Amino acid sequence: MSDTTATTIANKSNLERKTIRRERLKLVLKDKTFLFGAFILGFWIILTIFGTFIAPHGAGDQDFKFVSHSPSSKFLFGTDANGRDVLSRVILGTRLIVVMAFSSTILGTVLGTSLGLATGYFKGKFDMIVMRLVEAISAIPVLIIALLAIAALEGRSPTLTVIVIGFVFTPNIGRTVRAAVLGESELEYVAAARLRTERTRHILFREILPNVLPPIIVEFTVRLGYAIFAIATLSFLGAGVEYGSPNWGSQISENWGNIYSNVWWPTAFPALAIASLAVSVNLISDSLLEIFEL
Amino acid sequence: MSTTPTIEFRNLEVAYTVRRIDREVLRNISFSIAPGEAYGLVGESGCGKSTAAFAAMRYLPRNGKITSGSILFEGQDIVGMSTSDINTLRRSAISMVYQNPATALNPTIRIGDQVAEVFELQGLSKSDAYAQVEQALIKVQIADPKQVMRRYAHQLSGGMAQRVVIAMALASNPRLLVMDEPTTGLDATVEAEVLDLVRKLRKESGTAVLFISHNLGVIRHMCDRVGVLYAGALVEQGATEDIFSKPSHPYTVGLLRCIPRGGLHKNTDRLDTIPGTPPALGTHFTGCVFADRCALVEDKCRTTQPEMVTVGGAHVARCFHTDKAGSMPRAIDTVTVSVSQNPNRATTGTRLLDIDHLSKAFTQDGNAVNVVNDVSLHVGVGETLGLVGESGAGKTTIAKLILGLYGSDSGSHVVLDGKDLAGTLSKRDVKDVGAMQIVFQNPDQALNRRHSVTRIVGRAVQKLRGLSADASTDRAHELLSGMRVEATLHSARPVQLSGGLKQRVAISRAFAGAPQLVVCDEPTSALDVSVQATILNLLVDLQKQDGTSFIFISHDLGVVRYISDKIAVLYLGRVVEFGDSNRVFEGPHHPYTEALLSSVPNIDGSVRKRIPLTGVIPSPSNPPSGCVLHPRCPRMAGSGVEHLCTSAEPALTEVEPGHFMRCHIPLDQLRTVQTA
Repeated sequence: MSDTTATTIANKSNLERKTIRRERLKLVLKDKTFLFGAFILGFWIILTIFGTFIAPHGAGDQDFKFVSHSPSSKFLFGTDANGRDVLSRVILGTRLIVVMAFSSTILGTVLGTSLGLATGYFKGKFDMIVMRLVEAISAIPVLIIALLAIAALEGRSPTLTVIVIGFVFTPNIGRTVRAAVLGESELEYVAAARLRTERTRHILFREILPNVLPPIIVEFTVRLGYAIFAIATLSFLGAGVEYGSPNWGSQISENWGNIYSNVWWPTAFPALAIASLAVSVNLISDSLLEIFEL
Repeated sequence: MSTTPTIEFRNLEVAYTVRRIDREVLRNISFSIAPGEAYGLVGESGCGKSTAAFAAMRYLPRNGKITSGSILFEGQDIVGMSTSDINTLRRSAISMVYQNPATALNPTIRIGDQVAEVFELQGLSKSDAYAQVEQALIKVQIADPKQVMRRYAHQLSGGMAQRVVIAMALASNPRLLVMDEPTTGLDATVEAEVLDLVRKLRKESGTAVLFISHNLGVIRHMCDRVGVLYAGALVEQGATEDIFSKPSHPYTVGLLRCIPRGGLHKNTDRLDTIPGTPPALGTHFTGCVFADRCALVEDKCRTTQPEMVTVGGAHVARCFHTDKAGSMPRAIDTVTVSVSQNPNRATTGTRLLDIDHLSKAFTQDGNAVNVVNDVSLHVGVGETLGLVGESGAGKTTIAKLILGLYGSDSGSHVVLDGKDLAGTLSKRDVKDVGAMQIVFQNPDQALNRRHSVTRIVGRAVQKLRGLSADASTDRAHELLSGMRVEATLHSARPVQLSGGLKQRVAISRAFAGAPQLVVCDEPTSALDVSVQATILNLLVDLQKQDGTSFIFISHDLGVVRYISDKIAVLYLGRVVEFGDSNRVFEGPHHPYTEALLSSVPNIDGSVRKRIPLTGVIPSPSNPPSGCVLHPRCPRMAGSGVEHLCTSAEPALTEVEPGHFMRCHIPLDQLRTVQTA
């Protein structure tokens, strides 16, 4: 075959590749579920980063002339029983829950991925023992483990909460990753890597890991949703976060008694914030599930 | 002809919607099948064969649609037919046999219930249906139907499962039977049995058959008329004899030329190829669909679509040059890349690899299963050893044992260049690992789909040659370009490459460490024949240039014969015959080899007497006593040594110089019966 024909083929294949990518990108950008979720999440992430500049008042600023004041032009979301601006407290509460949710999920994903890679690749007795332990832990509800751990460690520190939630997520993520790794490690590129004297660590993290990323990404977004829920619940119960910090769960627990006297706003707005954050994450994970065809 | 054809495609066009764009899959297809006729559709993958099969039942995938034209079943257009009418037709008049019997059967329903369902749909009562099932299974030559009816799909062998599927397809006494690659996943011996069965049933029932296959040999033996598909267009059609003896479309000619036919050998013949690659799905053509790859292309071909031209009788071809196609210039590719970079190679023919008493037992449910049994073979420098045998014979396991991917049992020795290698990979040093590499069957699985081509090959160079990262990348580019993977594709991921290019990348990787021996495990069986030819040529070039030895595993005896210098025939983890390629192919053969050879549907049309192997391959966990072949042996009866065959396992003995056999029957006696 002449060089020119070969080049034509190469160009054709290049063209094809670009076409496929363009078509898929179009599909993602057309996916309303993804766009909507990303839009809301993006909004909360901006508040996480720039919240302190955006919030009109400080979290603890009290104005006793306006106690349990309904939403107005001065206080868009109204004020709570202590005369604090609900809008500012919602904005400033963003950082804690977003940072905690992301860090705990990242921790759980890193640990779970390592666990899944090891069990799925080595199989055998090691896999069996670890998986039985994992099943035992998974049988207990997440919140109960978290509460027990936090109580036992007498912690109100967010760091501790993050670590506990991260550990609690590990078995679930580990199981998902293990299932994917089991299939991958049978494929011949792994044998090919062994046949060029690669170390196990290289095979696990450089060869197999990139191929199991789609399920890990989806699992990450699903767990992120759970983390938001868990952190909000824990802070509502007064556990896991420092007392008096502006967080959505505590705001609800402090104020929900006032709903009966028609002061709904200090409860409703943080609740809406939690709901919208959780929904945005779930929308993203739904559309990723579809795009990755899992 | 006055009779109405059973099915007729009239200017049929089918499109698939992929990523929301319609892509043409079938382009203006017209053909018809008369009652009782077998019509074959051939072509390489992606040319629309299966789409045509599904269209015949109007059972296209959800994203497929008929954009124009009509399909007439006994004169009745089924394109516009209501769903209930088409269902009636599918229930009573058209049946289909799919490629993979394992997935065509429901794994959770017993075979009996599954087949009975077809009869119940025709209104039979449950007990009547069951009686019919038994008859139907007997008809497809299942020896013990009562017992088979109680089994589940996974308890059947591939051939048995395909018989059940055929029984189901025939249950409704269909007037049209669509068979989509019905024997592609089956072993040669089983394939031959299934094809015999189909031929016999067709004679009995007079059913019209639409037979889809990529295997020209199978088509030649099964069909009355043939249509050749390329890129969704019917490019040639005619009686089977005419197509094979006087192909008149350049594509058909190319297809026939690139197959390693019996007798061709790498030392004397180079395989033809079809340059270029098939067009992407849904490419739009203003001229001839084949123009880009045609050796006879003219300006006219690119601008005007050729009409069907009559070549003679009912033989038609869609080409401007039907008269010249048969004598078109040969397309031969050459390749030059030095893989060894090492001039101090041993001379061809000296012993490179010795395998002594290689054994492997796997533990299954606490029992040891001997998958490889005392295999002793040797390969010389620059030689190719072909390993053949049905699936489960232990071919791949032997390859993995040699490479050290599995640890062999004690007493086994793998000696490379005089050095006794450790049993497992981790205990071998880098040099020895690099000296023996493998090209796997399926490049999709063998290449990491997240890595670029450069990285895949470069990493292997780096690890096996101990070069720096930069030097490895340079060497990788050199290797890849030498194997005709263009520089523009070096940064691509495997998914962006065609099957043939992927296999070239896999070969480049195998040659990264300047290996002395490369195991090729069915390297071309996932590829189309034209691509297969280029890959085989590449391997032969590499061997001639650098004296690399190959162990070549394939179920395709034509390919093995073409590329091998020595052949080892395996059965149940044992070597039953070993010797020079021509010795093994010319005979006298071991009875198993004889049966294997006789089961291959020959592309040149010569009819060989079939030597059938009865029964199924026994399980290696419970091998027969004596000679493991004896329950199936076609030559045992009347040999006079039956008592030996059933009681003692024969040893691998040198029956003539350089020709080893594991058989009690004396060579001269085999020679006499086999030439009779």
